[in-house]
Amino acid sequence: MGKKAVIEGSMAIAIAVKQARPHVISAYPITPQTHIMEFLADFVANGELKTEYLRVDSEFSAASVAQGAVAAGSRAYTASASQGLLLMTEVLYNVAGMRLPMVLTGVNRSVGTPVNIQPDHQDTVLFRDTGMIQLYVEDAQEAYDAHVQAFRIAEDRDVLLPVLVCVDGWTISHTFEPVEVEEQEKIDAFLPPYKPLYHLDPKKPYTFGSISIDKDLMEFRYLHEEAIQGAKAKIEAIAREFEKTFGRYYGGLTQSYKTEDADIVFVAMGSIIGTLKEAVDELRAQGKKVGVLKVRSYRPFPVEEIRAALANAKVACVIDRAISIGFGAGPLTIDTQAALYGPNAPQVLPFYAGLGGKDVELKHVAEMVAKAEKAAAGEAVSAEPEYVNINWNLVS
Amino acid sequence: MRLNAGAVCAGGGSYVNKTGHWRTFIPRVDTDKCNGCGICYTYCPDSSIEIVEKTAQIDYDYCKGCGVCAHECPREAIAMEEERK
Amino acid sequence: MITAELFAIAAFADGKYSQAFPYFGGERRGAPVQAFVRIDDRPIRLRSKIYNPDYVILQDPSLIGIVDVLQGLGEDGMILVNSELLPEEIGLDTKARVVTFPATKIALETLGVPITNTAIMGAFSALTGEITIDALKPAIEEKFTGELGEKNLLAATTAYERVRASL
Ligand code: SF4
Ligand code: SF4
Repeated sequence: MGKKAVIEGSMAIAIAVKQARPHVISAYPITPQTHIMEFLADFVANGELKTEYLRVDSEFSAASVAQGAVAAGSRAYTASASQGLLLMTEVLYNVAGMRLPMVLTGVNRSVGTPVNIQPDHQDTVLFRDTGMIQLYVEDAQEAYDAHVQAFRIAEDRDVLLPVLVCVDGWTISHTFEPVEVEEQEKIDAFLPPYKPLYHLDPKKPYTFGSISIDKDLMEFRYLHEEAIQGAKAKIEAIAREFEKTFGRYYGGLTQSYKTEDADIVFVAMGSIIGTLKEAVDELRAQGKKVGVLKVRSYRPFPVEEIRAALANAKVACVIDRAISIGFGAGPLTIDTQAALYGPNAPQVLPFYAGLGGKDVELKHVAEMVAKAEKAAAGEAVSAEPEYVNINWNLVS
Repeated sequence: MRLNAGAVCAGGGSYVNKTGHWRTFIPRVDTDKCNGCGICYTYCPDSSIEIVEKTAQIDYDYCKGCGVCAHECPREAIAMEEERK
Repeated sequence: MITAELFAIAAFADGKYSQAFPYFGGERRGAPVQAFVRIDDRPIRLRSKIYNPDYVILQDPSLIGIVDVLQGLGEDGMILVNSELLPEEIGLDTKARVVTFPATKIALETLGVPITNTAIMGAFSALTGEITIDALKPAIEEKFTGELGEKNLLAATTAYERVRASL
């Protein structure tokens, strides 16, 4: 049996990483990621974790060190947030393109300017097109579970892709709540040591990411896309195997909560899912047929799962914690709309919520549902995204 | 043939690609002037020079004829000649 | 935040579910901060801030008049203020129950430093029973080791006993 205790979300992640036994950890601090790296440093200092813990001079270096470590055949981990993640961008395209199974945590924080240390998804959705796998979690327990799963997914011979585990800053990273931590032996059995397909070795040299011009660049992209599409089944299978081993399942690519008979279904990612589930129970008690579809894997995007989950819904309320400035909808809305496109698709109502940590309360969920009910009843409602909990005084 | 994931390829690619046929000018070492200091060896971008018995020796399978060695040699021991093939 | 964290751990030790989180807008050390705690018999999924608290604990009474410490506190609620003054002397205009407790004094007596987390928790436990004094022990032991743990436990139990005696 694992041990259940009230711990900080960052601690849950640090323990998961420790139990994954990484050979290399590269650390550069940024709020609200810092606690994870501090806890890992403590583990190294007190002898609980044997790893090469490298304090580097920037996030660019943090990503580069982890990249080199994975290319050399080790299991490597790093983490960042916000602008720090953005500084890793150039490297992470290479990590994904070289098909290096690195695991990193994106502790979600808004992106400046304006400077803000609070959570939204503006930072991690930027990595949409890198070819990395992106998982979003809803609480500290799932953060723990997903990190263990992430190494398995990344290192699967048919996948070989970096996994970015996205964890809402503060709301998960700095919140204390009950988390069950599993025994090391069971984690070891679930996550065997990494066996690279190729690795850098002076005795048997390889070139990683060799030049590829017009004759085969597109072919490499084809293979990359094929791998991440293939990862869909692996993400689901590994989540189910985790459930069999540890008794917890937070979804594979998605998780449906009371969607079967729902007229109105929320589509969202991250910690807001908890609030939505709570709201759904309250609204159901009032006789409203509402459900939640958690998008756990943003890349690969669960097109089929979204279609299936929304097949009988009248309205999909998509909540974006990021904005694609200049389009008029957030990234999750755009993708969901594209996934649903076709006859019999439910009407999509986009909402921006929780940008820069803006709070979302149960009453705001009820307001969204009220709008969706009108749409479900055939009333014409605006399809323009709504800014939930906006202070109009500040913009008029 | 399916490409390797991650554009990974076996080492030794620069052995396979013989760049010698790129030359228009060919470097010739004057063995009397050369003292084997190794400066040309350091500068050659294609690693085509070896110092053998205190003399620069050029591997013409790979020397692409760029002329960097001739430019850098402090003893002017290397001359670039037009190559007639 | 340490008080909130300890509350969450203690509530869990009492067999309940709990959640504790800070509100940070980018303050530096020493700036006034808020932290929130939810305690329930079932798993807690709600992630919003708490706008209608059942209880408010005010560790620094100098915030009265600067921050609306009573915001959202209903008539049935209670505010526990770290102060040596009487409730009617601290200038809080509310129908909610106002309790004052000299946590800084207790902290100085027991810990030797004016850090009030554990003293105020002992008082809160005695006043409300929402967390038991028995559950505070493992929470404090988890957070503070050795002598520091013993002293903090003493702070909590001393506060607990004093409030019990006064009730
Ligand atoms: S730099 Fe000139 S002298 Fe020195 S080894 Fe080369 S050819 Fe000889
Ligand atoms: S000409 Fe260029 S390639 Fe040839 S030996 Fe000299 S430096 Fe090397």
